[in-house]
Amino acid sequence: MINRRGFCKKALLIAGGFAIPVSALELFDPKKLLADKNDREKVRWGFLVDTYKCVGCGFCVKACKMENEVPYDASVTRTWVERYVLTSDGVTHIDSPRGARDGFTDRNISLGSEGMKEIKDEDIAKAFFVPKLCNQCDNPPCVQVCPVGATYQTADGVVLVDRTWCIGCGYCIMACPYGVRFFHPVFHVAEKCNFCYHRITKGMNSACVEACPFGARKIGNLRDPLDPVTRIIMTERVEVLKEEYGTKPQLFYLGLSKEVK
Amino acid sequence: MVHGEAWTVKELFVYPNEYIYWTIQIVMYPLMTGLVAGAFVLSSLYHVFGVKQLKDIARFSLVFSFALLPAAMLPLLMHLQQPRRGIEIMLTPHFTSAIAAFGIVFTTYSIIVGSELWFVYRRYFVETVQSLRNKNGRTFGEIFRCFFYTILTLGAWDISREAVEKDERAVKILAGIGIPVACFLHGYAGFIFGSVKANALWMTPLMPVIFICSAVVSGIALCIVTYIATMEMRKLITVWKHRQDPSLPTTEALKSAEIQVVTMTVRYLIMFMILAISLELLDLIFRGYTAVKSWDILRSVIYGRDFFKIFILQYGFGNLVPFILLLLPRPTIRKVVAGTLLVLVGVFMMRWNVVIGGQAFSASFAGFMEYRLPIWPHSFETYKEGLLGALTVGIVPFILFWIMSRILPIFLPEERH
Repeated sequence: MINRRGFCKKALLIAGGFAIPVSALELFDPKKLLADKNDREKVRWGFLVDTYKCVGCGFCVKACKMENEVPYDASVTRTWVERYVLTSDGVTHIDSPRGARDGFTDRNISLGSEGMKEIKDEDIAKAFFVPKLCNQCDNPPCVQVCPVGATYQTADGVVLVDRTWCIGCGYCIMACPYGVRFFHPVFHVAEKCNFCYHRITKGMNSACVEACPFGARKIGNLRDPLDPVTRIIMTERVEVLKEEYGTKPQLFYLGLSKEVK
Repeated sequence: MVHGEAWTVKELFVYPNEYIYWTIQIVMYPLMTGLVAGAFVLSSLYHVFGVKQLKDIARFSLVFSFALLPAAMLPLLMHLQQPRRGIEIMLTPHFTSAIAAFGIVFTTYSIIVGSELWFVYRRYFVETVQSLRNKNGRTFGEIFRCFFYTILTLGAWDISREAVEKDERAVKILAGIGIPVACFLHGYAGFIFGSVKANALWMTPLMPVIFICSAVVSGIALCIVTYIATMEMRKLITVWKHRQDPSLPTTEALKSAEIQVVTMTVRYLIMFMILAISLELLDLIFRGYTAVKSWDILRSVIYGRDFFKIFILQYGFGNLVPFILLLLPRPTIRKVVAGTLLVLVGVFMMRWNVVIGGQAFSASFAGFMEYRLPIWPHSFETYKEGLLGALTVGIVPFILFWIMSRILPIFLPEERH
């Protein structure tokens, strides 16, 4: 029969004994070892949008929908273009009808359920277009909150969704500050821009980059100092969206204005 | 049609992919887990802290808490786009997600409540089996009952005084462990919302605490209402039985016992209500005072679009009116029922204003979304995420409670007044 003192002694011994092998796990973190052994990943995908060049034609949205099996008429899209019109009274008007799939064919600004608003040419102080897509964040909140690990970050930085494993809880959609995620109307799982991962990993450009007639969209490898995208990011004044959320976005903008949401 | 399009109305600039993705089922989810946790805390007040006056309602609320458990899972399942994959939360939990804790917390809690119930009812199981065995000429139903209860005893037949005392000690320990687990079960539901940094209304460290307090409030309120309802039914039955057997307790005896239990419970309800409201107001004042970037849009939602829902329905009818009703001198059953029902409405509105209110504005801070609750379903989706889906979730625990009360009688014979 074991007495109390004996039990306490043995329990401490066992706990101590277990602590040694467990601490070894910390000493030899497999990920860290791998990182020490090899150099860092050779590829980190990044995206550059030059808003000065965007004219809001919507070819990128169209191309994206065709390429990525997002139903053409569904009111969701992996990428979209926003139109900003600032009037001389200091008011900002923003719209993106159908995600600008058909471009901006109407001069009036869409107010959603409130109808359309007409703005006279002479009232416009400045106006510009801002294309949006997934920021492939370095610290992606969507990956953090997925309860089953169906959305994950690849070694080259792109966040993907496993359509066979997503349970469709929508937590990732809620966690994304940029509103890039939605439920796929056919597969009924979370869906988002993945920089056309199936194309870029084969040395091609993403569909939207390919479709942009003005070169407003560019994709590149941020680890390659000679990559034209990396060069621009390193040498010019670029901005990211909603830095305050700490998501470390890897989608960079040239010519971003403070009005951009 | 895209998920969410059927019930979302967008105004001004909203990102193209934004819809009200979390609808009434996600309002029901914290409401139901809140009721589970609250009912359990109420029962623990007797088992752990020995509040003798609550003895009658303690067993009642424990059974109710167990009946509410499956119903707390139901809204989550109904809201999933892939409900058949729901089990993955248990199989491949991704531990950086607050939802992944669900499997563990929920299972732990179910085991605790289940085993506590077993200890509470073990003596009853044994006594039932013994009395059924001694009976001659048993009917088929009685043979089945005997068999069923034999299984429920799990082979523990000892009902000597020492054994029963041991049971009571086990109940006390389980109830003690159960309180933090119940709080965790609900606190983490608050954490699910509070930790979403992309949502300006949800993100506050107070959220889990606010959720726990309102959970206890709603749990106690529902227990009071259901307790009164069952007592009223019992009274009707006693009146009818009393005519045949005058030795049974009279309605008067039941009535005085009822009002005593109820006034005692109401005291705890008010305590937790004060705590919940103070925290909610603190959150509101803090947001207004610090007025960070998101305050402009939050203010227009809180003081503009949702003013009626927040200040009239939630704080007015859900808090202030019941507060007055319950604090009035000379409490009557009628006043208490009205008060507690209003409290339940208030807690429901609080969940609504958090879940739907949090999606009432766009992440662009430049537009609004309105949720049009689907009343009459025209597809399975509008059933699930509409009024009828919510009603289904609301009714299930009462059906379960009724079935369970057939097996586990809430009022044991030797304790009848």
